[in-house]
Amino acid sequence: MTEEKFQIRIDKEEKIEPKDWMPEGYRKHLIRQISQHAHSEIIGMQPEGNWISRAPSLRAKMILLAKVQDEAGHGLYLYSACETLGISRQELVSQLHSGKAKYSSIFNYPTLSWADMGAIGWLVDGAAIVNQVSLQRTSFGPYARGMVKICKEESFHQRQGYEIMAQMAKGTSEQKAMAQDALNRFWWPSIMMFGPNDSDSPRTGNAMKWKIKRKTNDELRQEFIDKTVNQAEIIGLTIPDKDLKWNEQRQHYDFGEMDWDEFWNVVNGNGPCNKQRLNHHKKAHDDGQWVREAAKSYAQKQELIAN
Amino acid sequence: MSENRTVWEVFIQSKNGLAHKHVGNVHAEDKIMALENARELYTRRNEGSCIWVVKSKDIISSESEDAEAFFDPSNDKMYRHPTFYTMPKGSKHI
Repeated sequence: MTEEKFQIRIDKEEKIEPKDWMPEGYRKHLIRQISQHAHSEIIGMQPEGNWISRAPSLRAKMILLAKVQDEAGHGLYLYSACETLGISRQELVSQLHSGKAKYSSIFNYPTLSWADMGAIGWLVDGAAIVNQVSLQRTSFGPYARGMVKICKEESFHQRQGYEIMAQMAKGTSEQKAMAQDALNRFWWPSIMMFGPNDSDSPRTGNAMKWKIKRKTNDELRQEFIDKTVNQAEIIGLTIPDKDLKWNEQRQHYDFGEMDWDEFWNVVNGNGPCNKQRLNHHKKAHDDGQWVREAAKSYAQKQELIAN
Repeated sequence: MSENRTVWEVFIQSKNGLAHKHVGNVHAEDKIMALENARELYTRRNEGSCIWVVKSKDIISSESEDAEAFFDPSNDKMYRHPTFYTMPKGSKHI
């Protein structure tokens, strides 16, 4: 099989399966993208896990627990998809720990108030959904199937977040102020989740040609903003962007310039929580070592008994 | 860093009477753990009435590159399909 034949399959919208021939660049791009996606789900458990013990009601606590468990599940679906490309789970985790593999920068921001649970569900999961809906059509079969499953579960996440924001925005003036503050802090990091502008995104070309990505960063970002403005208006909160304005001619919202210095700063490890997030993951992994060893020796013992 | 655990493929029967369908895989040391991990990972929303787990290494797959040759024998037997046959005009329920 040659790269041309491969491209013909891609252009015919055929799905590529793990055992099919694929260019090395395609495999590499997928491993990087899927593992980054998986790590984001796993690290994303931390900012929300932070509020499980302090949720304001039993209902809120049960929902948050279920949501964090879903994030773990999403991480595992994605690790599974990534492993079909010939990389082991162990290698993926060690790439996360060494810093070779990244995760979404959004999770390097702290969650300071309960309203942040609302903002994360509404905005962060909302942005993730826009991206993931388009990835349901990605050309690599296991990734596409994982996305279908994740998208089904993800809309509960966004709705629970928006419900929290709506409730707080309707509450006392302090509660409304908390909701607005959470929106202020999470708005820009959320729209930066879509990555650099297309003009500064060197890998977009191949990813689009191979149909790994189906829409560019800027297209997805615009889609998210167009959807979200009205939701903010309905609950009486103000999006912190003075340049945000409906453009009749484009039939889209215009919006302000993102602070790319901050973006790259956080990507490169200098966000408010980068160290904390990674250290916590390493610690949890190390603390689980004895469990893995015990499970292994138990399994070996059972096998001996059986034979 | 510890070595990798065994990978198990997971098949779920979504409703009594339907076939089991592949949904993904889990890592586990033994079959009980594999079943329990599969339940936690793939049936958090009542997706299943029965789960099968099978060690990935025990699955034998045909090669997708050889698909054409492998499935070729069935291509020239159109007479296996009901549409191959000409029915007399006016005949019904056949």
